Amino acid sequence: MKSAVVVFPGLNRDRDMLAALESIGGIPPVTVWHKETGLPDVDLVVIPGGFSYGDYLRAGAIAARSPIMQAIREKADQGTRVLGVCNGFQILTEAGLLPGVLMRNASLRFVCKTVRLKVENADTAFTRGYSAGQIIDCPVAHHDGNYFADSDTLDRVEGNGQVAFRYAEGTNPNGSLNDIAGVFNEAKNVLGLMPHPENLIEAAHGGSDGRALFAAALDQVA
Amino acid sequence: MKARVVVTLKPGVLDPQGQAIEGSLGGLGFTGVSAVRQGKIFDLEVDATDAEDARSKVDSMCTRLLANTVIENYSVEISE
Repeated sequence: MKSAVVVFPGLNRDRDMLAALESIGGIPPVTVWHKETGLPDVDLVVIPGGFSYGDYLRAGAIAARSPIMQAIREKADQGTRVLGVCNGFQILTEAGLLPGVLMRNASLRFVCKTVRLKVENADTAFTRGYSAGQIIDCPVAHHDGNYFADSDTLDRVEGNGQVAFRYAEGTNPNGSLNDIAGVFNEAKNVLGLMPHPENLIEAAHGGSDGRALFAAALDQVA
Repeated sequence: MKARVVVTLKPGVLDPQGQAIEGSLGGLGFTGVSAVRQGKIFDLEVDATDAEDARSKVDSMCTRLLANTVIENYSVEISE
C-alpha cells in the first residue's frame, strides 16, 4: 500500500516515521509539504510528531489550519486511513478530525519514557494485528498529552469503541481522562495516539511492539 | 477598530499551570489566594465598518482559531 507523510515546519519525528513505513511497507512513502493543497493517491496518510510552529497558541493549532488539512479532511471523509502520532494527534484533534483535545501534562513536565499500553479495540484497520486487551510497550515523549473531552463527548467516544489504546498498569504519564492514549474517529479510519509506535519496530529499538500497527495500516497482515 | 480577546479555561477543566502559579504565590507569602486560573489575551486591529462588524469578524476568529471551544471560553471587547 502507498503512504504519505505530511510535514509541517517544526516536526522532528518525520524521519523516524518515513523509516518505519518503508521498513514495514516495503515502499518509500511520499513526503507532502503542508502548503500543498492536494494529496497523492495513497492509502494511508500519516502526520508524525514534533513541535509544529513551536506549539504556538496551542499544540497543533496552527498546523491544523494549514492548506493541506482540507485535503486530508476530504481523504478521511472518503475512508482513506489517516494516522496522527504525538503532534500529529494534537493536529487531528485541533482540526476536528478526532474528538477531544490534548492539554498540558498534569505534572507540567515533559515525559520521555516507555509506557505500557492496553489495546482497547482490536477490530479496526490499524489495530487488527493486536488482540483486544493485549498489553504492549510503547515510548512516549511529549509535554501536551493530557487527553480531555467534555463528559458527553467522552461517553460517546467510550460507547462507540473509539478508544484505541489506554495507558496500562498505572503508567498514565500525563493525566489523560480514562487513561486514554489514542482515539479513533467514529468510522475508525482516523487514528491519533500520543505514544510513538514508530520508535519500537525492531530489536535495535529494544522491542518491536509498534510494528503490528503499521503492518495492519499498510495491509501487510493476513 | 481595536479588539481585545480574552480566552479562559472553562470551569471544571483542570489547569495545572494555574495550580503551579497558585503554589508559587503561596511560596512568596501571599496567603489567602485560591482558584488561580491562567488565560490568554489577544489584542488586534481589525478593518471593519462599525463595532458590530468588528465583533462579528473577531467572533469568527475566536471560534476558528483563537480559542479551542472544547476547553476554552472567550470574550470580545471592541474599541475605536
